[in-house]
Amino acid sequence: MAAIELDGLARHYGERAALRELSLSLGHGQTLVVFGPNGAGKSTLLRVLATLLRPHAGSVSVLGHRLPSEGWALRGRIGFLGHEPLLYRQLTARENLRFHARLHRAPFARVEHLLASVGLERRGDEPVRTLSRGMLQRLAVCRAVLHEPELLLLDEPFSHLDPAALELVDPLIGRFAGRTRVLTSHHPADGLAEADLALGLRGGRPALLAPAGAVDAAEVQSLYR
Amino acid sequence: MSVEIPTPAPAPHPAPHARARGQTPTAAAVAALLRKELRVELRTLESVPAMALLSLTTFVLFHFGLNRSSLDGDLAAGVLWVTLLFASMLGVNRLFVADEEEGGFDAFLLAPVDRTALLLAKAAALLLYLLVVELVAVPAFALLLLGPPVGQALPGLLAPLVLADLGVTAVGTLVAALAVRTRARDLIGPLLALPLLVPVVLAAARATTPLLLASGAHAMPGRWLLTLALYDLVFGLIAYAVFDFLLED
Repeated sequence: MAAIELDGLARHYGERAALRELSLSLGHGQTLVVFGPNGAGKSTLLRVLATLLRPHAGSVSVLGHRLPSEGWALRGRIGFLGHEPLLYRQLTARENLRFHARLHRAPFARVEHLLASVGLERRGDEPVRTLSRGMLQRLAVCRAVLHEPELLLLDEPFSHLDPAALELVDPLIGRFAGRTRVLTSHHPADGLAEADLALGLRGGRPALLAPAGAVDAAEVQSLYR
Repeated sequence: MSVEIPTPAPAPHPAPHARARGQTPTAAAVAALLRKELRVELRTLESVPAMALLSLTTFVLFHFGLNRSSLDGDLAAGVLWVTLLFASMLGVNRLFVADEEEGGFDAFLLAPVDRTALLLAKAAALLLYLLVVELVAVPAFALLLLGPPVGQALPGLLAPLVLADLGVTAVGTLVAALAVRTRARDLIGPLLALPLLVPVVLAAARATTPLLLASGAHAMPGRWLLTLALYDLVFGLIAYAVFDFLLED
């Protein structure tokens, strides 16, 4: 059974269709990269898969569970990294991760391990509001993988990260993290190198859907024109 | 458009522990959420000091506005409860703001936690805020406005205070969760909560009036305490029943 199965998925915001007629299948351990200009529906797709938004038409199956009816069964099995870090600014990095660890019943040792693995162990007791955007993104990565999810939903996960930080987070959310992944990207070459399947969205509709190895970066670029 | 790609050999899954861990017990989730809530309040001091300050300011205004140095009976009870109710609105308005603005809702919805845990934790936090505010506001009321000696009223005040706080907590948490997702949340919260809380003010004031009489404290009429308890039960159940839907997309 595929990790993600979409058949005719549609999602609207009022009158506006954010996603239309989207069908695809992604196997376990595979990576789907989603390209598209701003407002194409990339973030909406991730939020539907994360159970944070309801699909309005079509069928959606994630890790063997139909959405939205079986969304409850996916809680705790998805790691979501969106545009917002989902961290409380007034709490320290360590307090934030420990809070999430309590909600997910993850051991505190995992918190310390993750802080060390992204180079934030010395900044762990500082309020999140004092961290730079890159540090915040590293911390958000820790939050997303804290509970060792089976599926990672990553919205432009490498933004704000310098090359050294990219190396730090790669074992956690990179291609060889060993998890099924859906990620959005605006960088065709990098995104295609990360993925098994490429999806291009334009105006909420799929304009490109093919194995990543068979897609040329120029095809992806054309989505933005 | 649909395409399938060959499934590669299963990748070595590092540790799919999330599935094995299952749902977090509600009590543990409530404790985690409440701890976070209190920690954020201690850092920001956004709710309790504002609520306490509003209470004190309102008592001072009543002191000069009524041009009386002491109140008793139903007027004293009315001033006390209306003031506490308005102060509670500040706490209600702020209750979910950090979660909405900093993505706490999404993070919570992704966790393997019964959604009732959030209702219970928020209600417990609001109840604590109200109790702390009353520790300041009731002595201030006695000092600035109350005619009869406060000693006669204090023991009897505890029951209506706690019962009224529970009612404010049930309605306030529900309304706060609803209002925080609207653009005009500062307006919507009080606009919805205040009419719903009229029975609380009415019952609490009626229950308290005999304690604040100039002629000395009389026994509280039990029916008003019963009314408060019934109100708490009904709105507690309503909050429990509909809170899940408020968190839905």
